[in-house]
Amino acid sequence: MSFGHKHILGIEHLSREDIFQILDTAAGFKEINTRAIKKVPTLRGRTIINLFFEASTRTRTSFEIAGKRLSADTVNISASSSSVVKGETLEDTARNIEAMHPDIIVMRHGASGAPHYLAERLDCAIVNAGDGAHEHPSQALLDLFTIREKKGSLEGLKVAIVGDIAHSRVARSNLYALTRVGAEVRLAGPGTMVPPGIEKLGAEVHHDINDAIRDADVVMMLRIQLERQGKTLLPSLREFSRFYGLNQDNLKLARPDALVMHPGPMNRGVEIASSVADGPQNVILDQVENGVAVRMALLYLVAGGEATEES
Amino acid sequence: MPEVTTVILNQAGINRALTRIAHEILEHNKGTEDLVLIGIRTGGDHIAGDLADRIAAIEGEKPPLGAIDITMYRDDLDSRGSLPLGRTEVPFDVDGRKIVLVDDVLYTGRTIRAAMDALIDLGRPRNIQLAVLIDRGHRELPIRPDYVGRNVPTSREEDVAVDFDAERHPCEVRLIKP
Amino acid sequence: MSILIKNGRLIDPANNIDDHLDLLLKDGLVAAVGKNLSVDADETLDADGKLVTPGLIDLHVHLRDPGQEYKEDIASGTAAAVAGGFTSVVCMPNTQPVNDNLAVTKYILSRSEEVGRCRVFPVASITRGLKGENLTEMGELKQGGAVAFSDDGRPVENGEVMRRALEYARPFDAPIISHAEDLSLVGKGVMNDGFVATELGLKGIPWVAEDAMVARDVMLAEYTGGHMHIAHISTRGAVEIVRRAKERGVRVTCEATPHHFTLTEEAVRGYDTNAKMNPPLRTEADREAVRRGLADGTIDAIATDHAPHHRDEKNVEFNIACNGIVGLETALPLALRLVRDKVMDLPRMVALFTSGPADVLGLDCGSLAAGQPADVTLIDPDCEWTLTADQLVSKSKNTPFDGWTLQGAAITTIVGGKIAWQRAEQQ
Ligand SMILES: [Zn+2]
Ligand SMILES: [Zn+2]
Repeated sequence: MSFGHKHILGIEHLSREDIFQILDTAAGFKEINTRAIKKVPTLRGRTIINLFFEASTRTRTSFEIAGKRLSADTVNISASSSSVVKGETLEDTARNIEAMHPDIIVMRHGASGAPHYLAERLDCAIVNAGDGAHEHPSQALLDLFTIREKKGSLEGLKVAIVGDIAHSRVARSNLYALTRVGAEVRLAGPGTMVPPGIEKLGAEVHHDINDAIRDADVVMMLRIQLERQGKTLLPSLREFSRFYGLNQDNLKLARPDALVMHPGPMNRGVEIASSVADGPQNVILDQVENGVAVRMALLYLVAGGEATEES
Repeated sequence: MPEVTTVILNQAGINRALTRIAHEILEHNKGTEDLVLIGIRTGGDHIAGDLADRIAAIEGEKPPLGAIDITMYRDDLDSRGSLPLGRTEVPFDVDGRKIVLVDDVLYTGRTIRAAMDALIDLGRPRNIQLAVLIDRGHRELPIRPDYVGRNVPTSREEDVAVDFDAERHPCEVRLIKP
Repeated sequence: MSILIKNGRLIDPANNIDDHLDLLLKDGLVAAVGKNLSVDADETLDADGKLVTPGLIDLHVHLRDPGQEYKEDIASGTAAAVAGGFTSVVCMPNTQPVNDNLAVTKYILSRSEEVGRCRVFPVASITRGLKGENLTEMGELKQGGAVAFSDDGRPVENGEVMRRALEYARPFDAPIISHAEDLSLVGKGVMNDGFVATELGLKGIPWVAEDAMVARDVMLAEYTGGHMHIAHISTRGAVEIVRRAKERGVRVTCEATPHHFTLTEEAVRGYDTNAKMNPPLRTEADREAVRRGLADGTIDAIATDHAPHHRDEKNVEFNIACNGIVGLETALPLALRLVRDKVMDLPRMVALFTSGPADVLGLDCGSLAAGQPADVTLIDPDCEWTLTADQLVSKSKNTPFDGWTLQGAAITTIVGGKIAWQRAEQQ
């Protein structure tokens, strides 16, 4: 059985079966990360280029480790040090990279749709490591992996996603992924941060964080990035924290065994109180750990090609 | 075209072969000290379990049992795509151990090559021995089994199937001609 | 030099004609319209099964000349125009340099005289350098050949400036053409705000950005008595604002583009940069409202907003791609779809390309009355053909209709009594 997709551009295009195939594959790889020798020869001889047009130490490092543990040769190209700043077009950059014959390009870009643009023009597999406010599939998959690991299953769970939904690729990818595996998603954010029509993707929308958190099995907080989104969206971080921040008081509304998640990096004291971020319910570092296994799974699955013969 | 299936080993034959292998393993290793059995998923792990039971019946002591999945160590990603990963479960330290690697059918030897790479990534065993229920020939690598249940000459077009019962014990081996 | 066009269905909305009539053109003017004209002409065209209409007029094109000739120039733009059946185009002033002074207006006119294949009517800018601050010398520009004033590409953000422009242009009988959007509401938006933008993770431009500015501009027209023409109207609300203003007798006119009455925001899926325009493609309800407005007379003209861009300006990430598409060569077949979809009848459709735009600007064309300029378009309303972007006459190929099977095309375009273009045998 091979994976049915050449690229991983977003969760939107993945079926429930695809998602479980990725999670099961990741479970197989997770064991490697606890060995003394954390390396298998699976992708020996393959070249993976991490093409990052936006700074992201966390995601890039996670993909890089994932590639290296599979014995692939990984090369990082970041926009600040490349020719992108000199006005080279994305197509030219991509063609130059392709001339070096990578097998997989892992791409982070500030423009929504940039990985789709590349996928249409290049032969190699593209793995989206975050595009604009569109999707961040590996993050959603590692979130699902973590939830499944802690809760046993995903079906029927109540998951609250809180914060700047409008500008969050993490929220979109998680919304697609969680609804596809049968979880119930509640979104909560200020009126300026809930995008039009998002409920059509199968989420309940709340503007009171308490309504979203009540009886939730999982509370996923999003990073607020006010400096990026302009000053008209919020009066102040102080007010955001007061109405949409997760703290010990409102967390009591969730189920006692609810998981607290955050894609990082956290703004402590803004969207999440330190007491909660460091509290017993947080699985934030599990997310980071599982990120490597999930990314190994993604690299392995796309490396196998999409239409190979059944064995 | 209808397949032609011939039973080449029945339950009694399998029992005889595995009991003999159990004795040979004990004989060769002079008992169970430092001995571990690791089966290759899927098939070899069931045979390893069967062998461990037989060794326990003979010697009164059951050697530790592990299972490895070699998907990550395959050399045919290009031609066979991304196969589903199985679990590797080796719940003991392999350093200094005498490992009997167990598989159901030995063919080209590539699976065994991958399995040895996988074992060596887990530690530094004292030695690795190889036990197989069927050796059907056509080796592509310099690999030779230490314990063989039955040598079966085959052509490349044929297939050898090992069937297991509900308790995962081997019950029949069939040769399938296309 | 004379041309006799026989056996066609002649549709001349300016004169309320829709009949099988022959048309005689002589010395650059319409000489006669009548049944079975039997005269010796230098050339006789058989228009059996074809439509004969006044030459089509496009109120809104960007010829990119002077300054951005790598996208289009007067020669290539007018060649694309006649290939699309247009005999007159009205060109926007956001050239480099901006058409905010007589020298540029004169350049456009004289260059059109030299290399143009159809009539070119320049629009000069409302404000110098399109900066939205100081009015241009509208009197001199109007005398020099500018037919209207617009800062197209940008709205006039300052209400006071727009008010004074309407007041000042009014005695010169020049309409003000408004590219109406509230930029503070547009922000960094790149497509219509709504569910599709949410799904694609693209920043949205809300409809209220257009509605709010159209409302302001219509009220300023009402207040000043000036003539306000709303360019490329695209929202349900804006159409309604214009409809009500017209009922009150406000001097307001407007135009709509083929892409806004044909496509919706759904076309953006897949991040197709040829579906990126300003104003953006809207929802089905908006498209429906534009179609209704075209049918009921709220909207006066179909105008293409022909916006050529080089391949390199579209072959980029969606959020940095240039806005707009080429439209001259697809407008007519897309409008004929409205007739087939029973949105309007054929005479109404022809009016939207002829008498409608002529009336908006008071142009001396768009009619086949005797003595009028001999601008005529012969249309085969039925022929089926497949659009290939690479085969467009325009220098630029940025169209979302590449590969579409279209029905209907201009087969002969006559400008001033001379055949400016003839369609090659059916592809
Ligand atoms: Zn405009
Ligand atoms: Zn325009």
